[in-house]
Amino acid sequence: MIVGNGAGNGAGRGAPVTEADLHAWLDGELPEDRRDDVERHLADNPDDARRFDRYRAQRAVLGKSFGALLDRPVPDALLRPFAPATVTVLRPKRRMAVWALALAASLLVFLAGGAAGWLAHGWTGNGAGSSAFVADAVAAHRVFVVEVRHPVEVGADQEAHLVGWLSKRLGKPLRAPRLASRGYDLVGGRLLSDAQGPAAQLMYQDAAGRRITLYVRPSTNGSDTSFRFAQDGNVQAFYWRDNGLAWAVTGDLDRVTLSNIAEEVYGALNS
Amino acid sequence: MPPPDPSPTAVDAGAIAAQVPRLRRYAAALVGNLPDADDLVQDCVEKALANRHALRDGSRLGGWLLSILHNLHVSGLRWRKRRGAEVPVEDLADDLALSAAPADRGEVRDFVRAFGQLSEEHRSILLLTGMEGLSYREAAEVLEVPVGTVMSRLARARERLRVLLDGGEETVVRRIK
Repeated sequence: MIVGNGAGNGAGRGAPVTEADLHAWLDGELPEDRRDDVERHLADNPDDARRFDRYRAQRAVLGKSFGALLDRPVPDALLRPFAPATVTVLRPKRRMAVWALALAASLLVFLAGGAAGWLAHGWTGNGAGSSAFVADAVAAHRVFVVEVRHPVEVGADQEAHLVGWLSKRLGKPLRAPRLASRGYDLVGGRLLSDAQGPAAQLMYQDAAGRRITLYVRPSTNGSDTSFRFAQDGNVQAFYWRDNGLAWAVTGDLDRVTLSNIAEEVYGALNS
Repeated sequence: MPPPDPSPTAVDAGAIAAQVPRLRRYAAALVGNLPDADDLVQDCVEKALANRHALRDGSRLGGWLLSILHNLHVSGLRWRKRRGAEVPVEDLADDLALSAAPADRGEVRDFVRAFGQLSEEHRSILLLTGMEGLSYREAAEVLEVPVGTVMSRLARARERLRVLLDGGEETVVRRIK
């Protein structure tokens, strides 16, 4: 049984160590001149030492258990209070503040959808769903970013050929946006097919070898949309429809960094 | 007399929006399920937006939001007790276990269940100090209790949780100072 003796935090060096001192020690709130006393107490009292080891472990598991909640997409109902100031932004300007872009994106995207997996929803218009589109983009991302020897069909050294070829197959003029300002250089691209027909993937890589992909396919039905966000495990994607093409920017990056890149892509395509 | 500070550092909606994930984490851990947590956070955000000019010091935004959320929670508890509705913590435990690394799943599930058996007071003090990183003084401000109460409540909460997780006999913490 532990019964404190009333000395408390204000006690000076050499005073008996109290339960409060031990907790303050664990929480980094113990005055410097009491640390030796507490550590000596713990060395002399293995039961207390064990107990405070458990408390420390508790705190670690607390963070680990609930930490995943930070990454959950925020439901749009929760962002509605912010709507009057930000919801009008459908075509983000290049220099828009990061938070505003993230908000504009998230406002139109998030719907609580359950524990994990796809949360994309509400692609306006019928026909090919956005969930299918972004799922295709993410699947293609997962397949090719790990490829060492053949990540692309046509390399960045033949960029003009690559862009001309993909434009012809997709029936739309394409461009390979410059992302050097974000630290990513074009690796190259490839032609793919999905349920809707031809699609193209452009791959970029940074100096550390991290790869992001742009997935694009013609989008004949439906009007332009703002950014939307989807997440599958560690892979996140921003996607939108613009000028007859559906785009997805996919990467294993935090959402803010990825939204900056998506903004850059969008800006490059509309400059 | 100087004119009122137009407060260039005043809290803007974006700064509050940026805190939403953190508020959700805290609220879900506190109430034990995401739907109720989201209701609470939504109320908190609305109240914060309406009163944001009351906060002069933007660096205190995190604690200020937690205070609002705490007050809403306490008044909501009274309301919910009358209503008598509780969503089981099991769903959240399973949900969070699935989000954890496979090797941690069992530990996370057990922890969330045990945490859900603690009293609201014990949950909030463990979350504010152990997860939100508040000092005793900051936690005391959020909870509107003396610092000594924070310390004794924290000691009891830790010991209660330890027994829930590890079993064994509870070390009685009568007075902590």
